[in-house]
Amino acid sequence: MLCECGKHEATIHEVIITSDKRKVERHLCEFCAREQGVSSDPYIPIDQLISTTNYIMGQALTQSQKGTPNDAVPDSDQHDTPSEKTRAKAPKSPTSCVGCGLSFTHFKKHGLLGCPACYQTFCDRIGPMIERAHEGGCNHVGKVPKRALHNCKSHGDQSRLESLLGDVRQREERLESLRQRLAKSIHDEEYEQAAMLRDELTRLTTLASSEIEPRPMKGANEQIESNNG
Amino acid sequence: MQQAAFANNAEWLKGVGNASDVVMSSRVRLARNIAGFPFTPQASRIDRAQILEACKARILNMQTQTPTRFLWIDLHKVQREDRDLLVERQLMSRQHARGKLSDGQGGLDEPRGVAVLIPDERVSIMINEEDHIRLQAMKSGLALGACLLEANEYDDLIENGIDYAYHPRFGYLTACPTNVGTGLRLSVMLHLPALKMTGEIEKVRRAARDMGLAVRGFYGEGSDSPGEFYQVSNQTTLGKSDDMLLREMEQDIIPKIVGYERTARQNIISKRRELLEDQAWRALGTLRYARSIKTDEAMELLSLVRFGVLSGIIPDVSIESIHVLLLATQPMHLQRTLGQALTQQQRRSARAELIRKKLNANSAGVTDRLSDES
Repeated sequence: MLCECGKHEATIHEVIITSDKRKVERHLCEFCAREQGVSSDPYIPIDQLISTTNYIMGQALTQSQKGTPNDAVPDSDQHDTPSEKTRAKAPKSPTSCVGCGLSFTHFKKHGLLGCPACYQTFCDRIGPMIERAHEGGCNHVGKVPKRALHNCKSHGDQSRLESLLGDVRQREERLESLRQRLAKSIHDEEYEQAAMLRDELTRLTTLASSEIEPRPMKGANEQIESNNG
Repeated sequence: MQQAAFANNAEWLKGVGNASDVVMSSRVRLARNIAGFPFTPQASRIDRAQILEACKARILNMQTQTPTRFLWIDLHKVQREDRDLLVERQLMSRQHARGKLSDGQGGLDEPRGVAVLIPDERVSIMINEEDHIRLQAMKSGLALGACLLEANEYDDLIENGIDYAYHPRFGYLTACPTNVGTGLRLSVMLHLPALKMTGEIEKVRRAARDMGLAVRGFYGEGSDSPGEFYQVSNQTTLGKSDDMLLREMEQDIIPKIVGYERTARQNIISKRRELLEDQAWRALGTLRYARSIKTDEAMELLSLVRFGVLSGIIPDVSIESIHVLLLATQPMHLQRTLGQALTQQQRRSARAELIRKKLNANSAGVTDRLSDES
C-alpha cells in the first residue's frame, strides 16, 4: 500500500477512533509520519507524547483530510482557541478544569494534571494520549480502594459505589472488554494471561452488586485449566 | 534527624534471595492521591500543609510489627545532609529532596515529608512528591511479589483513614497520566557486568525498551549506570491488573534478562577466565591500596569485585559487604561517617581509606556493618 504522498510504501498505519466511535485509518511512509509527528514507537515518553497531542487530538487528520467530517476529537487548536471553522463543527470542550482552574495549555506544557476532576474535564482530549502511553490500555483493571468499597457495600450506598466502579452500563462495557481480551488470549494460546483475565473477570463481577451476573466465556475455564495443567 | 536510625544495613543490601547474583534488589512503588485536594503541583501551600499533617497522623497511627516502627522526617525542616542521605539510601527521590516538582515549581521550604520503616528500611512513604502519597517497599533479590504484598498492606492501612482519588475508568488518579490506573511501578536493580563485557548490553536495553520497560541508572531517572547497575521498571499502569504486571515482570521479563546475564557470565568464565581473573584481582588490588577514589570509579571497581566473587575467583569477600560499600562510599554517607563536611578531594581520600579498611580487614571476613566505621 502506498503512502498518502503516493511516493513511498506506507509502513505506519494509524487508526483513530473518533468521538462517535467511527474508525479513521491513515497509512503513511516513514518520511510523512515523521513530518506529521506520528511516531512508529509505541512507547513514546510523556513529553513527546504531549508535544504531538495536536496530531493525537485529530488536528493533523482534519487538516490533511479536507472534506471529511471534523469529528475525530473536538477543540484541537494549539492555543486552546479553536478556529472558527472547527468551532462551528466540533462540540465545545472546556479549556480549563472546573475543579482547579488548570488550563489545558498548562497541562500540555508540563505534562501534569491539576486535580482529580481534570481527568473528567479533559477526558476526551487526554483519553487517546493515555491509551498510547499504556499500550492501548484505556480501562483500569485491578485494585479498588478496599475500605471505600467495603463501606459502600455495607451501607448500600449506590451512588458512591458507582463513583468507584462505574454505573451498570460502564461495568458491563468493562466486562465485555475483558471477555474479548480473554477470548484473544485463548486464541493466541497465552493461557497464563487468559487465567489472569478470567480471575479478573470473576473478581470484577463479584465486586459490584448482583446486578451483573457472571458470564465467563463458554468453555474458557476448561480450556485454560487443561492447558495450564 | 535521628541519624542513628540509619546505622544498620537496609534489608535490600543483604545480597540474598531469588536470583540475587544478578538482581541486587526489588522495589514496588504505589502512587496515591487524596480525594478533595488538588494534586501536589497545583496545591496551595495550605493544602500541602494539610495533606502532610493528615498523612503524618495516619502513618504514625498505623500498627507495625515489633520491632519495626515508622520514623517521620519533615523534609522542609531538616538539613541538606539529611535529605541527601535519604536519597543515597534509596528511600526517596532526588526531586523530593529538592522540593522541586516536574513543572519547576516548589522549593526547599515546601511542606513535605517522608516516613521510613526502621530498622530495616523495607518501606518508605513520601508525602507531597509529585503525588500526595508515594509508598515503596524494597527487598533484596528478585522479590517483587513480596514487595507488592507489603506495599498493599500499608496502602490498605493508609486508606483505612484517608479517601483516595479514584475513578471507575482511570483507577487511582495521579498527577501524571503515565502513572494512572494501578499507580504501580515494579522495578529491579540489576547488575549486568557480563552483558557489558560481551557488548550485548545495548541489545538488552533496546529489547527492554521494546517491551515497554524503562531502563535507568543506579539513582533512577537521569542517572548514569556506573558499575553496570541498571534499574528496570514497567511503564504501563493502566489496563493490566497488579497481578498481571507482577507476573509479566517477575516470571517473564526479569528471568529472561537474568538468563542472558548468566549465559554471558558462563561464556566469559569458560572462554576468557584469565582476563576476568586479571580484571577482578586488579580491581580488588586498587580498592585495597588506592589513596584517592572517585564515587563512579569505586562503583566500577566494586562491580568487578562483585563479578569476581560470584564467579568463584575472589574468596573471602561477601556480597553484602560490597553492597554496603557501594552505599557507604557515596558522598553524604562518607561525610556522616566522618562527622564533618568534606571537600571533593577530602571525600576521595576518605572514600579510599574506608574501602581499604573494610577490604583489608576482609581476609578474616568483612565486617558488614556501616556503623562499625563511625
